[in-house]
Amino acid sequence: MSQIKPKSIRQVRAQWDGLFWTTMSVFGVFYLALIIAMLVADFRFTNWSDMTSLLSDARVRFSIWLSLISCTIAAILSLWVAIPTGFLLARLGSESMTQRLGQRSPGCRRLFNWARYFIDTLLDIPIVLPPLVVGISLLVLFQTPVGRWFDQRTGDLFASLGYAGIRGITYEIPAVILAQFTVAAAFAIRTMRNTFEQIDDRPERVAITLGASHYQAFSLVALPQAWRGIVAAFTLAWARSLGEFGPILIFAGTARMKTEVLSTTVYLNFQFGNLRGAVSASLILVTLAIIVLVLTRLITLGGSSNKGVIV
Amino acid sequence: MISVQQLLLRQGDFELSQISFEIPSNAYAILMGATGSGKTTLLESICGLRAIAGGKILMDGDEITRTPPAQRQIGYVPQDSSLFPTMKVHRQIAFGMEVRGFSQTERNQRVEELASSLEITAILDRYPRRLSGGERQRVALARALSFRPRLLCLDEPLSALDGDTRNNLTKLLKKIQQSESVTVLHITHNLEEGIQLGTDHFRLEKGQVRAVVGKDQGGKNTA
Repeated sequence: MSQIKPKSIRQVRAQWDGLFWTTMSVFGVFYLALIIAMLVADFRFTNWSDMTSLLSDARVRFSIWLSLISCTIAAILSLWVAIPTGFLLARLGSESMTQRLGQRSPGCRRLFNWARYFIDTLLDIPIVLPPLVVGISLLVLFQTPVGRWFDQRTGDLFASLGYAGIRGITYEIPAVILAQFTVAAAFAIRTMRNTFEQIDDRPERVAITLGASHYQAFSLVALPQAWRGIVAAFTLAWARSLGEFGPILIFAGTARMKTEVLSTTVYLNFQFGNLRGAVSASLILVTLAIIVLVLTRLITLGGSSNKGVIV
Repeated sequence: MISVQQLLLRQGDFELSQISFEIPSNAYAILMGATGSGKTTLLESICGLRAIAGGKILMDGDEITRTPPAQRQIGYVPQDSSLFPTMKVHRQIAFGMEVRGFSQTERNQRVEELASSLEITAILDRYPRRLSGGERQRVALARALSFRPRLLCLDEPLSALDGDTRNNLTKLLKKIQQSESVTVLHITHNLEEGIQLGTDHFRLEKGQVRAVVGKDQGGKNTA
């Protein structure tokens, strides 16, 4: 029986390690190359004069402004919902809640856990639903008596504010924001939930023994720790809103100078055979998305666990 | 006087039942017990952080069994100190007074007083991430004492510290307990620490708390 030399074992292991890292890298590099190739193809397809001619179009400038404004409003609304919901979901699944439930009967604990999973699944529905279905569902919702009432009241509200042009929600600017918000909020909630799950809840519990109310423990102790997650959730919601197309198409329509946003500009240009215009509009979308992503990474850099990573 | 009567605590399959003991006012009580015996569970229940399935907790004759933690007047120092990561030490110590509506002047006075007693005046302007283990525990102690609690609950405050730091903090704990005239319930599994600090000794064993006589060790019981 031949003796195995330690040196040869080391060599074989080094070769296998090399092969392992190369194989792992190949998959990532392939996908990275695909993204870069697509961007390069877009940039090569169009030129500066296409871009300037697109930007000289008042309708396109309107769609850019509407995109920027509607995305910002949708992202703010998403945060408004995501911060409390994410906190609640994270803390309902925390160790302290498990401890509290430990005093209850097994049936009660099971019921609580089922309810939590059910709510969690419901909140994920906008993420997994096909975008067109989200649009159709919103449209149908606003055809119900309650939806119509709400639609009409919103029109009255805008009229009283001096915006008589906005006659309600459906096929108006509020529909654009609502369609963007519906999907973006689900992503923001997930981000905020992950953020709060990573924040230890023990300092909050100590704060309560020091005399703080639950609101004070949340606002003074938990929330300041979550600022990177808040930035990430806002960015994700904003970027998601910017790329939203399906629900806007169905629920808000593609009326030029009315409900047209950048993603629908791409669609309309493509639909009317203006491929160069569609690509130029796409590049504006890409540039805005890259700016936002880079800014987020710069702002959130320095986190202890996930440096600049959007969770 | 802290009186725990027939306390029943459940956590899944784990149960502490018929827990009864009394701590006289201004005493330094030591609760010892093996890892996993339920010391922290018991301490957190007294602080109001865990629901109680049965029994009573009385503090100076007032029942606090169902009183919210914020109203119990109990200062709590967890094992890992659990400082607030985004607050500087000064605000951290003043937190208990801030949420209770004390004026800025009162808060500043109290912070300076505690910082001087606990020898942390030099670090009042630092964030917790820039503190050593010993400094963190001192800050947590100052924070818990800021609003002059009736009971101070310490969960193994010295367990993660090196020898010298531990000795210094042991002396400081004794000094501060006397100067603040506060009743202390201190959890530890370190016998030497318990003997050095405690005036009253208890042992949690097999789901029961027994009072231990003398300073020789935590084995013989009278209760």
